[in-house]
Amino acid sequence: MAAYALSMPFMIAFTLMIAVPLAYAGYLSLFKKQLIGGVSFVGMDNYARALTDASFLGGVGRMALFLVIQVPVMLGLSLLFALILDSGMLRLQKFIRLGVFLPYAIPSVIATLMWGYLYGKDFGPFAQLAKSLGLPAPDFLAGGNVLFSIMNIVTWGFVGYNMIVMYAALRSIPAELYEAARVDGAGEWRVAWSIKIPAIKGALLLTTIFSVIGSFQLFNEPNLLRVIAPAAIGQDYTPNMYAFQLSFVNQDANYAAAIAFLLGIVIMAVSYGVQLTANRKEKAS
Amino acid sequence: MSRDISRRSILAAFPLAALSVSALTACGGGTSSASGGASSPVSQADIDAAMKKDTKLTFWTWVPDIQKEVDLFQAKYPAMKVEVVNVGQGGAHYQKLRAAIQAGKGAPDVVQMEFDKLPSFTLTDNLLDLTAYGIGDLKSDYPAWVWDGVSPGGKGIYGVPQDTGPMGMLYREDLFTAAGLTVPKTWDDFAAAVSTYRGKNPSSMLVNWAPSSEANMLGLFWQAGGRPFSYDGTKNVKINLTGDAACKKVTSFWNDLFRSGNIGNEPDFADAWYQGLNSGKYASWLTGAWGPVFLQGTAKSTAGKWRAAPLPQWDPSKPASGNYGGSTDAVLKSSENPIAAAMLARFVNTDDKAALTLANEQFLFPPSTKTLKNPAFADAPSSFYGGQKVNQQFTDISSTVQEGFQFLPFNDYAASSYDKTMGKAIGDRGDLNAALSAWQDDLVQYAKGQGFTVAS
Repeated sequence: MAAYALSMPFMIAFTLMIAVPLAYAGYLSLFKKQLIGGVSFVGMDNYARALTDASFLGGVGRMALFLVIQVPVMLGLSLLFALILDSGMLRLQKFIRLGVFLPYAIPSVIATLMWGYLYGKDFGPFAQLAKSLGLPAPDFLAGGNVLFSIMNIVTWGFVGYNMIVMYAALRSIPAELYEAARVDGAGEWRVAWSIKIPAIKGALLLTTIFSVIGSFQLFNEPNLLRVIAPAAIGQDYTPNMYAFQLSFVNQDANYAAAIAFLLGIVIMAVSYGVQLTANRKEKAS
Repeated sequence: MSRDISRRSILAAFPLAALSVSALTACGGGTSSASGGASSPVSQADIDAAMKKDTKLTFWTWVPDIQKEVDLFQAKYPAMKVEVVNVGQGGAHYQKLRAAIQAGKGAPDVVQMEFDKLPSFTLTDNLLDLTAYGIGDLKSDYPAWVWDGVSPGGKGIYGVPQDTGPMGMLYREDLFTAAGLTVPKTWDDFAAAVSTYRGKNPSSMLVNWAPSSEANMLGLFWQAGGRPFSYDGTKNVKINLTGDAACKKVTSFWNDLFRSGNIGNEPDFADAWYQGLNSGKYASWLTGAWGPVFLQGTAKSTAGKWRAAPLPQWDPSKPASGNYGGSTDAVLKSSENPIAAAMLARFVNTDDKAALTLANEQFLFPPSTKTLKNPAFADAPSSFYGGQKVNQQFTDISSTVQEGFQFLPFNDYAASSYDKTMGKAIGDRGDLNAALSAWQDDLVQYAKGQGFTVAS
C-alpha cells in the first residue's frame, strides 16, 4: 500500500501531463474539422493521408539523413573530447571542459541567431574572409547546404553536453583496471579502446537515443533560419515544423495530431532499433 | 507598422508532448458565438446607459503606447476600465486569439485585426457585426477602399479602420541622380531603370523583392486592377489568380526582372536586408504608407537622402495604387459588453484627438479622410526625406487606391502557400508564371478540402 502512496505523485503528474494529452491527441486524430461543414469522424483517414503526404515523408527522410550524418559526427567528437579530458594529459583541464560545454548553456534560439549572422553571405565573417581572398562567398544557406549548416549548429550546441555524460561515466571506472592493463603492457590507446569505451557502453547508448529523439524533433534551428532562407527551408522542412504549420496556419489540428502520433511511432521504432542492436552486440561479445 | 511580421517572431520549442497539448487547446471547446450581438439597432439611450455602467473591457493590440488613446476613452467614460494586453505581434497574436476563442474563455472584447485577416474571423463567425451599433454612419469618413476592408463584399461591418498602407515607392534620390535616373512614371520606365541602374552599379540594385511577400504582391495585383479572390460569406470562394489578366501581367513583369538578375531576391525584415537599405545596396523600396517611418528607424545613416513617390503606373492617365498592410479594431461576438466594446473600437480610432495622436505620435498611417486632410498631419515635413511632405504624398496615393479588392477567408494559408510556390520561385529565380499556377492549384485544393465551393 505504501508503494502505491509513494508513487502517487508521479502517477498523477504522468496521467495529467502525458497520458491524458496523448489520449486526447489520439482521439483528435480520428476526426476531421473543415472550415465549412464542421467536424466529422474519419477513422484512420488522417493516418492514411500522412503515409502518402510528400511533406511529412520528406521531413522524416530529411531528419533520417540528418541523424545518419550528424549523430555519429557529434558523438564521435564528444567521445574524443571525453577521452582526452579523462586521460589527464591536458593542461587547463577545467577550463577546456567548461569551454566545450559552454555552447550547451546557450539557448538554441540565441545560438541559431548567432550562426545565422555568421552564415550571412553579405557581411558574415566567412563571407568577408572569402571576399578578402578574392574567392566567391560560400552560401551556407543555399538549398543544398542548409541541412549541413543546421547540423553544424546542433553539433556545436550538443557536443559538450554529450561529452559531460561520457566523461562522468569514464570517471567512475575503477583505476585498478588501468593499472592491471599497464602491467599487461597496454598504452593509452589500447586502454581507451579495450577498457574505457566498453565500460561506458551504457552512457553511449543513452546519448545515442537522446540524439535520435532530438534529431526527429528538430524545430528551433530550421524554424529560425527560415527567416533568412525562406526558399531553402520550407514550412514542412521537419515533421515538427510541418505539424506546427498544419495546426496553426492550415487550421487542421486533427491532421497535425495524426502527424505527431506517427512521428512518435517513428521515433520509438528507431530508438528501439538502436537499443536492440546494442543489446545484440553485447550478447555477441 | 502593423504589417504581419510574424516571420520575425521567435517561436518557442515544440516537442511532441507540447504539440498534443497545443492541439488540445486549439481544438477543444466548440464555437463560442453564443453571447452578444444585437440584430436590431441599438438606441442612443441603450448606449448612454451602457457607457455609465461600470464595465471592464479587455483590448488585445500590439500598437505601441495605445494606452494614450485608451486613457482618453476612460477620461470621457469614467465607468470604463480597459485592460490593454499585447499578446504578441502578427502570427502569435492570431494564434492566441484562435486558441482563446476555441477554449471559450479568455478572449478579449476588442481586438486588433489586420484587413487581410478579418475575413478569416468572420468565416468562423467570431466577429460582431457592428452595423447595429451605429458604426455604419462612419462610412462616409473613409475612402471607399478602406470601408471595403471592414465590410468585405458590402455584407456587415466587422471593424473600425485603424491604419492603412497604400503603396508607394521610397527611393534614394542621390543614387538615382548619380545613375542619371528620374523617378519612373510607368512600369516600363521602371524596368528600364532597373537595368540602367545595374549597368552603372554592378554591386547594387535598384530594388529588392522578398520571397515571403504575399501581402506585398497582393498590393501590386490590387494596383494593376487584379481581383483574384472573393468570398460571399457562406461557402463560395472565388480563386482566380491564373484567369485574372492583371495578376498574370504583374507576375510576368516580375518574372522577367528576377530572371534578368538585376533585382534582389533577399528575404525582407532580416539583417542582410536592413543592411542593404542602409548601405545603398538597394536604392528603392516599394512599400505601404507605414514604410517611411519604419525605414527612418532602420536606415538611420541614410537620413535626408530618401524621397517618396507614387508607384510606377500601368496606365499613367489613371493613377492607381494598392494597399499593403493595415489594421482595424474589431469586437468579438463573445464579448459580454458589446456596446461598450464597439464604443471603444470607435473612439480610439475616430475621436479627433485620439486619431491625430495615433497618426502623429504612433505613426500609424490614418485611414480617415478627415485625419488625412488635417494640416497637423498632412503638412508635417520629414527631415529624413529631405524635408518632403511625405504624409501628403501618401495621402494623395491613398485617394488613388481602387475599391473591390478582397482577401480569402483563409489568408494565413494563402500566404504560406505563396511562400512555397511563388516565394520559392523568387528565391531560386525560377519560373514565376508557373509558380502562379502552382499557387492557384494549391489554394483550390485547400479550399475544396475545407469544404468550400470554389469558382474561378
